[in-house]
Amino acid sequence: MTQTTAVQSAVLTPAAELVSASRLFGSFAALRNVTASFPAGSCTVILGENGAGKSTLLRMLAGLITPTRGTVQVLGQTPQQSRGRVAYMSHAPMVYEELTAMENLLYFQSLQGPGCACHGSPEMALRAVGLDPHLTRTVGQYSQGMRQRVSLARVLQTDPELLLLDEPFSNLDVSSAAQMVELLADFRTWPVAGGGQRTILLTTHQHHLAESLADRTLTMQHGSIASVTTREPAA
Amino acid sequence: MIYLRQVLAHLRKDLRLEWRSRDSINGMLFFSLLVVVVYSLAFDPTGYPTTTRQISGGVLWVSILFASVSALNQAWTREQRNQVLDAHRMAAAPASALFLGKALANFLFVTAVELVLAPIFVVFFNLHPLGQTSLLLLILPLGTWALVLNGTFFAALGLRARNRELLLPLILFPIAIPSLLAMIQATTAVLTGDDMLNPLLWIQMLAGYDIIFTIICLLLFDTVLHAE
Repeated sequence: MTQTTAVQSAVLTPAAELVSASRLFGSFAALRNVTASFPAGSCTVILGENGAGKSTLLRMLAGLITPTRGTVQVLGQTPQQSRGRVAYMSHAPMVYEELTAMENLLYFQSLQGPGCACHGSPEMALRAVGLDPHLTRTVGQYSQGMRQRVSLARVLQTDPELLLLDEPFSNLDVSSAAQMVELLADFRTWPVAGGGQRTILLTTHQHHLAESLADRTLTMQHGSIASVTTREPAA
Repeated sequence: MIYLRQVLAHLRKDLRLEWRSRDSINGMLFFSLLVVVVYSLAFDPTGYPTTTRQISGGVLWVSILFASVSALNQAWTREQRNQVLDAHRMAAAPASALFLGKALANFLFVTAVELVLAPIFVVFFNLHPLGQTSLLLLILPLGTWALVLNGTFFAALGLRARNRELLLPLILFPIAIPSLLAMIQATTAVLTGDDMLNPLLWIQMLAGYDIIFTIICLLLFDTVLHAE
């Protein structure tokens, strides 16, 4: 009985949780009183029109902005305390244009804390996203799609427990996007040091691409959660 | 040890970025040379002993200061491009390592400019130091560190400001006044050989200033980086 409860609580433990979280930018409310819980090991796809509050929600979970009201917990701590266990990929690639992809990844790898059990080398991360690690061109000379891949490689090499992806499929062609979906599905199976589970939250306008990944689909409207759909487990 | 490795990683990255773009050094070099040449035209370098020798320490530091400010204003631009700063804000590495790496890189850039500028300055102002020349090996690095340390810190502080190019000199100059006074007086003392201006006293003051502000900047940088 106790064992069952323990298993259930492990499954239901939220990787991220917002309680009545609001965020104001001046008088504009980007997030309005949002309460949501993202179970560990799940993949949640967040949909919504431009300005619905999707990016604000992700940035709040990443610890890049703080809520004006309410509380945010990530992996059982504040987002600031979870630094190094959470990775965030934004619209911008968050890499240096004057460096090559490999130089960028090596640099960001060196900034990981002593406790980082990084899943793979920068070379492996680049190969995983379909880039040649030996490319001598700097990122500034890459196409938008290639920059997007470098950005994904940068976050994957940090071996995060919680992966926050803001529009990861924008700028990618259909086959590259399908490859990224496969990679993300694979990422969820990577073992976590300490026995945790990997959680993904991603925003997209191309829901059909992420459909196979999504355990839950959350739709946002005017800074609030309009609906939550949970995928029925396969029979 | 890990902290040191992270500082070196930031330093290496900044040196590599500068090597590939040469944005800071070229701008600084051009600006400082321009100032030295203009001042040398304004004052008669052949008339000795004249005010030229007495003001040369000030001229040297003014040209370095203005050149540094123009480069320091751009010190965090690369971090802002593509939102790389957000990656730093989320990294497990301490913010102070990023700051120290950046300040050291800026220190090396300004030192490189000084190495080119110093001989040209000596020629244009027809100078031969009358004091203890070796003291310049202390004054120049200590003075440069005082400038780049505060410059790097306040450039980061003004990152989110709309008029940040105006903001940096506005904040930096008043805070840098004690260090400017010390570096100018010490340099003038060496160049003029004036015993009344005790260069060692000014060097001690400069060293004290550097120590105090290094500690303050390292302690406060985390707050500056994560400010919204």
